[in-house]
Amino acid sequence: MELLYAASVGLLVSCGVFLILRSRTFPVVLGLTMLSYAVNLFLFSSGRLSLNSAVVLGQSSEYADPLPQAFVLTAIVIGFAMTAFVVILSIRARADLGNDHVNGHVPEINNKRKV
Amino acid sequence: MTLLWIPLLSLLGSIISSMTGKLTRNQSTMLSLLMPIIALGMSINLAPAVFAGEEIRETFSWLPELGINIAFRLDGLALLFVFMILAIGILVIFYARYYLSDKDSMPKLYSYLMLFMTAMLGIVMSNNIIQLWFFWELTSISSFLLISYWWYKSEARKGAIMALTITGGGGLALLAGLLLLGNIVGSYNLDIILASKEIVQASQWYEVTLILILLGAFTKSAQFPFHFWLPHAMAAPTPVSAYLHSATMVKAGIFLLARFYPVLAGTDLWFFIVSITGLATLLFGAYIALFKHDLKGLLAYSTISHLGLITLLFGLNTELATVAAIFHIINHATFKASLFMATGIIDHETGTRDMRKINGMWKFMPYTATLAMVAAASMAGVPLLNGFLSKEMFFAETLHQQLLGSLSWVIPVLATVAGAFSVAYSARFIHDVFFNGDPVDLPKQPHEPPRYMRVPIEILVALCLIVGIFPSFVVDDILVAASFSVLGGYAPEFEVALWHGFNLPLLMSAFAVTGGIFIYTQRRYLFLFQASLPTVNAKKTFDNTIYSLIKWSQAKIGAIENGSLQRYLMLMLLVVLLAAGWPLFEMNQLAGATDRTPIDIHNAIGAALLMIGALSTVIWYRTRMVSLIMISVVGLMVSIVFTRFSAPDLALTQLTVEVVTIILLMLALFFLPQRSPRESSSMRILRDLGISSALGIVVGSICYALITRPFESISDFFIDNAKTGGGGTNVVNVILVDFRGFDTLGEICVLGIAALGIAKLLINLPLFMPGSDSEGRPWAKDRYPSLLASISQWLLPLALLVSFYIFLRGHNLPGGGFIAGLITAIAFILQYIAHGSNWITERLTINYRKIIASGIAIALFTGVGSWFFDKPFMTTWFDYFDIPFIGEIELASALIFDLGVYITVVGATLMILASLGELTADASKEEVNI
Repeated sequence: MELLYAASVGLLVSCGVFLILRSRTFPVVLGLTMLSYAVNLFLFSSGRLSLNSAVVLGQSSEYADPLPQAFVLTAIVIGFAMTAFVVILSIRARADLGNDHVNGHVPEINNKRKV
Repeated sequence: MTLLWIPLLSLLGSIISSMTGKLTRNQSTMLSLLMPIIALGMSINLAPAVFAGEEIRETFSWLPELGINIAFRLDGLALLFVFMILAIGILVIFYARYYLSDKDSMPKLYSYLMLFMTAMLGIVMSNNIIQLWFFWELTSISSFLLISYWWYKSEARKGAIMALTITGGGGLALLAGLLLLGNIVGSYNLDIILASKEIVQASQWYEVTLILILLGAFTKSAQFPFHFWLPHAMAAPTPVSAYLHSATMVKAGIFLLARFYPVLAGTDLWFFIVSITGLATLLFGAYIALFKHDLKGLLAYSTISHLGLITLLFGLNTELATVAAIFHIINHATFKASLFMATGIIDHETGTRDMRKINGMWKFMPYTATLAMVAAASMAGVPLLNGFLSKEMFFAETLHQQLLGSLSWVIPVLATVAGAFSVAYSARFIHDVFFNGDPVDLPKQPHEPPRYMRVPIEILVALCLIVGIFPSFVVDDILVAASFSVLGGYAPEFEVALWHGFNLPLLMSAFAVTGGIFIYTQRRYLFLFQASLPTVNAKKTFDNTIYSLIKWSQAKIGAIENGSLQRYLMLMLLVVLLAAGWPLFEMNQLAGATDRTPIDIHNAIGAALLMIGALSTVIWYRTRMVSLIMISVVGLMVSIVFTRFSAPDLALTQLTVEVVTIILLMLALFFLPQRSPRESSSMRILRDLGISSALGIVVGSICYALITRPFESISDFFIDNAKTGGGGTNVVNVILVDFRGFDTLGEICVLGIAALGIAKLLINLPLFMPGSDSEGRPWAKDRYPSLLASISQWLLPLALLVSFYIFLRGHNLPGGGFIAGLITAIAFILQYIAHGSNWITERLTINYRKIIASGIAIALFTGVGSWFFDKPFMTTWFDYFDIPFIGEIELASALIFDLGVYITVVGATLMILASLGELTADASKEEVNI
């Protein structure tokens, strides 16, 4: 199961990185969201994987590690704030610059091969 | 404290004189003179102890961990320089009073001069080499300020930049050298370094260290081929030239040679580099000086030549050469400073410095002429003057070296040649300026300067004479003390005397004088020859070099920084890949020692869904709506992962955040194109696939390595104390609101700031409102489906109730402020979706900014509240109460903190979504109501 978990994290990272390397803002935002899933899962797993042991006192005999959970919880919320900010930034950029290319301008066609 | 006071007084003087702008010129001068005079008095007071062989030290702790302390020491060498810096400084300040015109700002000059004085005093008295370097750089900076004193003149600015570039570059080399030296010895303390000659010279880094330190010294002391900044620095006012560029700053490099002589000298490399550089500079300077028509240009090259002479003396492998070097430092400072001042007078009274125009000054200013001629004679090395004595010693020492093996006889010959040239240019200075016919169209009618302007020159010229006639009487003490510290603990037997009998050095002097006069009389041929040589314009060459350097580095930077964010990101990811991937190569086994959990069917299905979702997002990334739906699958699966692996709080948070995020992204899609164009070339796709797979593999491997290894957690503390210390059984929530409440406070502040930033970004947004989707289909006319509208209205109170419940139970069961806040926000967003924001604003006027602010305020004041009970910030209080009918309940201050979190989350989330949503609601409404 650990292998499966690690593979999922790795795949999420790959997909996220591929997306943030795209040239338009929206896929980049999706990529960042994907990366934050991956990062959250990664951080969460630093407390190791344990089944049926939620850290609510008196509810189970063993407890999972609560500290990564607490950190990841705030990371999720902050991640949302960051995603929101980037989204609005890309809307603003599109409105001000007239395109949604990450470089702020669409490369000319004859430059395309070189870039 | 005495030692510290000497530079401190000068610094104080700098500050005081900068504030004398409102006073008269005399008052300003008097005030400025006060501090250096006190400092000079203090150093004279210390002199007897130093002459007796004592070394005075003072240390104050600064960064003792790094071995950097504020440390001063005063030995013979330092005392000699302190005397020179203060005494000549005082004379220069006095002289500048008469030199500056009414337009020039006197406080500015005085303030810079004394800042420079502080820096020089700091260099010579430092007992820590890092501190020494600090003052060294300060001289470069104050010299820059002083050269550019007449900032409106182009040549002043250019000269200042050139001087700063050369001496600053040398300063960097010096820093590298000093750091190496400190590393070799293991201390930055000068005392320890000076006592570590064997360690340093045995080190494999000795050569590099020596060359770096010498680079610092040679650039500062204008040694060939770094000499060219000095003539251009003559754009400075003449008092500055007299002080910095003859008497003190250019001697800082020489001082460095002397200071590190005990530890660095003695090797062939030292003698070879130092003597050859010195000899080349001596000859070159003396030769070029003859051809300069500008008075200050002549003096500048003469200074270069004399600095070369001193450097050469340090490179001659004899003890007496060192004594001669120190002696010549004193003599050169006296005659050169007075010559500069005399030049200043001539410039001041005639309006020009061109020797082709200035002739026959004897008739107009005989008194000044006499003074200048005596000083120039000293420069030429005429007997009865101090310049003669040290030049004799120099000639004598050139005869006692074996530097070039069987060719060593060349050095005295070349020294005599240089001596002849220095006689020639001194003769030119005297003859061309004061005799040689009548002046040629001078801008002003020349006459004697104000009486007191001559006083500093008189003092210096008197010194030249006194030292020249009664040398042992005046300079023996200081010379012995300084040689004592340069030679590392003993002084050789020597006798400075006017008459040593008929010997070889005297013959060399005679040759030099007659040769010099011969050269001067035959100068016409030399000038013709010089004119036929190709001219080297140092300024132009320098400018071109700097310009091409800038262009080169711009090209290099441009190659990396080409304005493409995509490229920057790619480079950063590559760095991450290298940094994170490299350690994996050095790890022997990826899997750790803990037992694996077997894969069950639920996990397998979950993982498959997650992976399919992620891959589909990428595959259909150009069709944005599809990829958005796909990524929401991933988000959903992530929250199920959290549920599966015992993190109910995380699952709830992830789920609610997912809802908000997807709504936000859908809203954003309204303003953005619905499709991404096909843009990337196949090569680009391949490259990105490579980078992303590599990173995925690295991160996945690290993750696997991590979770299969046993670990020690600090979490037992939280589990043990959650109930007793924090009063809750949901440990995650107790950590958030109690143990690490300060973190949470920071997080909600970030959330609030992000929301505010978003609101600001949306103000005055040029609206881009597509009337149809990307395929040209118009939006549905039925904007708010009535079914959704009526259901959502019923859902609102229910959702609020749920969020209230989740909030209250959060301390003991999964839930809490973050989650409850998100649920509340979703409930409201549903109303926005169902009815449109106009409908909402008609019924509810909410100022989200105030909500966010009050949420943060509540959280903050809950924390501050504990101060009133003399507890540290954010100490939780809780107790149990028995309330009739309801039973025993627990009240904790953490609950109020969580309320703050709740309110902030609601406010921020709604502010983000509502302000974006409002844009779509009413395009005619100009103002965005937030």
